[in-house]
Amino acid sequence: MRPSFMLGLILSLLALAAALVSLVWTPHDVAALSIAEKLKPPSPMHWLGTDHFGRDIASMLMAGARTSIAVALVAVGIGMGAGVPLGLLAAARTGTLTDEVVMRGNDLIFAFPSLVIAILITAVFGPSAVNAIIAIGIFNIPVFARVARGGALGLWTLDFIRAAEVAGKGRTRISAEHILPNILNLLIVQGTIQFSLGVLAEAGLSYVGLGAQPPTPSWGRMLAEAQTMVTLAPHVAIFPGLAIVLTVLGLNLLGDGLRDRLDPRLGRGP
Amino acid sequence: MQRYLLGRLISLALSLLVASLVIFAVIEVVPGDAASYMLGLNASEETVAALRDRLGLNEPPPLRYLHWVAGMLRGDFGQSYTYRVPVAELVGQRLAVSLPLALYALLLAVAIAFPAGLLAAARRGRGLDAAVMGATQVGIALPNFWFAMLLVLAFALHWRIFPAGGFPGWGEPLAGLRALTLPAVALALPQAAILARVLRSALIETVGQDYIRTARAKGLTAGQAILHHALRNAMVPVLTIMGMQFSFLLAGAIIIENVFYLPGLGRLIFQAITQRDLIVVESVVMILVFAVIVVTFLVDLAYAAIDPRLRKRA
Repeated sequence: MRPSFMLGLILSLLALAAALVSLVWTPHDVAALSIAEKLKPPSPMHWLGTDHFGRDIASMLMAGARTSIAVALVAVGIGMGAGVPLGLLAAARTGTLTDEVVMRGNDLIFAFPSLVIAILITAVFGPSAVNAIIAIGIFNIPVFARVARGGALGLWTLDFIRAAEVAGKGRTRISAEHILPNILNLLIVQGTIQFSLGVLAEAGLSYVGLGAQPPTPSWGRMLAEAQTMVTLAPHVAIFPGLAIVLTVLGLNLLGDGLRDRLDPRLGRGP
Repeated sequence: MQRYLLGRLISLALSLLVASLVIFAVIEVVPGDAASYMLGLNASEETVAALRDRLGLNEPPPLRYLHWVAGMLRGDFGQSYTYRVPVAELVGQRLAVSLPLALYALLLAVAIAFPAGLLAAARRGRGLDAAVMGATQVGIALPNFWFAMLLVLAFALHWRIFPAGGFPGWGEPLAGLRALTLPAVALALPQAAILARVLRSALIETVGQDYIRTARAKGLTAGQAILHHALRNAMVPVLTIMGMQFSFLLAGAIIIENVFYLPGLGRLIFQAITQRDLIVVESVVMILVFAVIVVTFLVDLAYAAIDPRLRKRA
């Protein structure tokens, strides 16, 4: 097992563990304000210090992991749920109008500046974690459609698929029973990558105030609040940023490692 | 070549048509009536009625769509509700910040990514390659607004080399450039990381080809073979990414422009959305999508220039 894959796995599991543990326990109450304790540097009492309301940063980071992971996970779910069937359909009907419409529709979504549209959606329907999920999820759809179609096209020429056709199975059934299980590897790898992009996007949207709303803790909003205090207490800006970097880095390394392991054609590259 | 060009042009026009329909539809589904949405809760009925009339909201949607498109074709993007000036004028002012910023950032990204990608590919599998690839992993994971905050902390507040925000205008070009430097670096670094990785893998793929072996057999060093033969062939995927990145830098600078209080296009659209200035939102999103689609079109043409085989396919 390559060290980078191990590192990715450990970092991803750490973020997941922080999110899960925060459901039942955090070192301090995330919502507890204590102005007397504000902007304290890291100490044995507050491992990562406190913010401008005296809230415990380590606890907020744990709870923020929950928001990040939940938003990114559901956004990947939306992308897979809509994108994979579309991609499979396009591949099964390759060269037809259906294929053309699906693929051109994909190109069109790619042409929209995703951040602008995400901001537009959250602004029109109100800022909330749910709208952030939808905004991020929409842009995952063409990604998964493309990956699914690309993977499926290669499979449709293979003998075992032809055999299934000869046996009288319809194209939809073949897509579900034979194509889908064989492109699962590709989808898992892409899923990890989109997951990490989702964490970044959620942080960005929350940073400009369009993601999760208070009192839901969020890494992006912690950074927005830290911005004016960065000279007084740099730790309030440094730790949430590190949390984002380490989580995204972990997921990316995990994705790369999975790709190497799941796709034997790539061999043991450098 | 002409058929290729024609095909691309038709697809360009179709994309623009569908994009304009989608944007129009999104603005149409704004909850409630657009005029009362823009005026807020406390507006009197007369003001709402007057604005409805001025915006032409009493016309049926298809007619309004046609008016909007016809106006844009003439260069008339409507009048901003909050700024009380033509949207075209606003966009022009803001582009004077956003376009140089995007170009500056792209230039920096290329200046970092090309040497890094070339070195990593040439030293594939060695320590330098691993170091460059490790650095790019961190670069990709970096949220650019957080990186921007760190840059401000170090280079504006601690060392005071660059301003922490704001834009003095282009009256003094050097001061303008200084104001754009930290934002450009913050935007460029994550993009450079992506570009370096794409360049490295594209180069490694081309270096495995027979014609590179032939070039090496003629006596070229590995470095010469990469520079003179592999680089041009590796440019197709690299150009795709660069095209996407330019669009991203132009439209995606919203957050960075907010960090540095830069009066650019991103900040304009962000403000317009929060102030519910739907006319500005609609037109600026359309202009951005237009820019992205045109850049994609130009990248397609650049492929054909680089790789003659692609002209025949289309």
